[in-house]
Amino acid sequence: MIIAVASGKGGTGKTTVTSSLAWVWGRKVTAVDLDVEEPNLHLFLKPEILGREVATIEVPVADESKCTYCRACADLCQFKAISVLGSVLLTFPEMCHGCGGCIAVCPEKALSSGTRELGEILWGRAAGRIGFFMGRLRVGEAMSPPLMRAVMTKLAPASANAPADILIDAPPGTSCPAINAVLPSDAIVLVTEPTPFGNHDFRLAHAAFSPLKKPMAVIINRAGLGDRSVYEYCHSEHLPILAEIPFDRRLAEAYSRGRVVADALPEMKQVFTDLAARLREWAPVESVRKEALDA
Amino acid sequence: MPEIVVISGKGGTGKTSLTAAFAHLAEAAIICDLDVDAPDLHLILQPEIETREDFFSGHEAVIDPADCTGCGLCAEVCRYQAVISTSDGFSINPLKCEGCKVCVHFCPAQTIRFPERHCGRWFISRTRFGPLVHAQLFPGAENSGKLVALLRQKARELSSQTGRALILSDGSPGIGCPVISSLTGTDAAVLVTEPTPSGLHDLQRVADLCRHFTIPIGVIVNKSDLNPEATEAVRRWCAAEKADFLGALPYDPAVTEAMVRRQAVTEFSDNGLSAPIRIVWSKIIELMQRTRSPRMAVKATPVK
Repeated sequence: MIIAVASGKGGTGKTTVTSSLAWVWGRKVTAVDLDVEEPNLHLFLKPEILGREVATIEVPVADESKCTYCRACADLCQFKAISVLGSVLLTFPEMCHGCGGCIAVCPEKALSSGTRELGEILWGRAAGRIGFFMGRLRVGEAMSPPLMRAVMTKLAPASANAPADILIDAPPGTSCPAINAVLPSDAIVLVTEPTPFGNHDFRLAHAAFSPLKKPMAVIINRAGLGDRSVYEYCHSEHLPILAEIPFDRRLAEAYSRGRVVADALPEMKQVFTDLAARLREWAPVESVRKEALDA
Repeated sequence: MPEIVVISGKGGTGKTSLTAAFAHLAEAAIICDLDVDAPDLHLILQPEIETREDFFSGHEAVIDPADCTGCGLCAEVCRYQAVISTSDGFSINPLKCEGCKVCVHFCPAQTIRFPERHCGRWFISRTRFGPLVHAQLFPGAENSGKLVALLRQKARELSSQTGRALILSDGSPGIGCPVISSLTGTDAAVLVTEPTPSGLHDLQRVADLCRHFTIPIGVIVNKSDLNPEATEAVRRWCAAEKADFLGALPYDPAVTEAMVRRQAVTEFSDNGLSAPIRIVWSKIIELMQRTRSPRMAVKATPVK
C-alpha cells in the first residue's frame, strides 16, 4: 500500500503527519521524501544514511565536427535547449528536459548522450525499523519531477525484496511536482488547516488530484483555528476526515525542536496510532504498486 | 523600478500574510502574486478583475485512435511513460506528457496531433492597495516558470504606465522552476522563515539559490517565540552571511483572525504585530535602496 501525504498549501503539516505515521505504523513501512526541493522528513526521522547516489538526466553532448547544421535537432526541441545559429551548434543543458529527441533525430550522429546532475538520492533506516528514501534537488536545478521518478525507481527493487507499506511526503502545490509525487500512490491523504488560505489551496489540490481517480481523505491540522469552510467543503464533497489534530502550542514547540510529535507527546501517539489504523482500513488493500513503481 | 520578492523555501511560514501587510504599508506599489500554483494573496486583497487573459504554454501529444496503426513506436521513444497501451491501440496520459514532440516526430502514420496547452489564466486587478497582477494555473498544469515570467513582465509594464515605482511580489515555496523564475533579475529577496529545523534547513537552501543568482537577501523570522534559541541562531547566521536580519515576529493569533476577515494584519489594528511589521518594512526599504548599488556575492555557511 502506497499512501501519499499531500496538501496544496505549504506548511499545513505534511511532514508532521508523515513522520508521526511512520513512527507508529505498526508494520513494515518505508517513508519517502519526495519534496525534493525542500526535503525535511530526515530532520525529524533522523535516519541513519546507508547509501547515496547522484541522479542525472540525459542531455545532449555535441560533436561539432560531425554536424552539418541541418537544424533537425533545433527544430524538434521544444525547450530551446539546442539551437543552430548559422554554422554554430549551441546546447543549453540547463534547459534540457531529457527527452532524447535531438540525439534520436540527428542524421549525422553528431549528438551523444551526456548528463546533467539533478540532485541526489539518499536512503537508510530510521529508529531501526523505518525504511527511508529521499531526493534532494541540486540548488539551481529547476526540474524536480525527474528526480522524484529517480527516487521511486531506486526504491522499487528494495521494496520488491522486502514488501513494506510506503508513505510519501509530497511537495506543496497543485502543479506538476505535486502531481508527480502522488502519481505512484494508491491513495492520497490531504493535510489542511481550517483557515481561508488552507481551505482555498485544499480545494485546488482536491481539483488537481481528482482526475487521478485515487481515493482521497483528509486530515485537519490545527483544528480549532480559523473558520468552518474546510469542514463544509469536505462534507459537500463526501471527503472523509480521518483525523483532527488540535491547534496546540506544545505541538509546534515539539516540532520546532525536531521531535516526531507522536514520539514527544503521549496523546499525539494515540491520535496517530488511531489514524494509522483508520488509514489501513480506509485505503485500498490490494495495491496497484507494481504499475505505480513501473511509472 | 525596484522589484522585491517574498519567498521562504518552506511553505506556510507566513509569506502571504506578510506580503499583504507590506502591500498595505507600501506607497505606490504594483503588487504581484507569483505563487501561480496555489495563490492566496487575492483572498486578502479582494481584487476586482479588470483584465483577464488565457495562458497557453507548450503543447501536448494527442493520439487520434482512428488512424493509429498500433505499431507502438511512440511508447518506445517516450521517456516519460506517457503512452498507454489500450484495447484499441495507444493513447497519451496528459498528466505524464512532457510536450517534447518526440512521439509526434517519429510516428510512422503521422497520427499524433500536437495542440497548444491551455495552462491557466492571468489577471490584472484593482485592489484597495493598488494594482494586483496575478494568475491561476489550472490544477495539475505545468510551466509555472513561464507564467511567473509573464506576470513579472506585465507588472513592469504596469509600473512604467502608472508611475508606481515598486514591484512587490509574493513568491511560491520551494527552490524549483517557479522560484527560479521569480528571482532572476530581482533587486532583493525577502526570506521568511520560522525557528524550526525545517524552516532553517529550507532557508539555507533558498539562500543558496539567491546567491547562485547574486540576489541580496533579508531574513524575517516569523513565529520567533516558538524557539528563541533557533531565532538567535538565524540572527547570528545573518551576521555571518552579511544578510540583513529584518526582524523577529512573534506568533500572534491576530494573523489568522485578520485572514478570516480578509484583512492585512496591519489593517486589523488592534494587535501587537503591526508595529514590528512596520519596522521590518522600513528595513526592507533600506535593503532595497542599498542593493541598487553594486552587489556582493557571499559564501554559505551552515546555521549552527
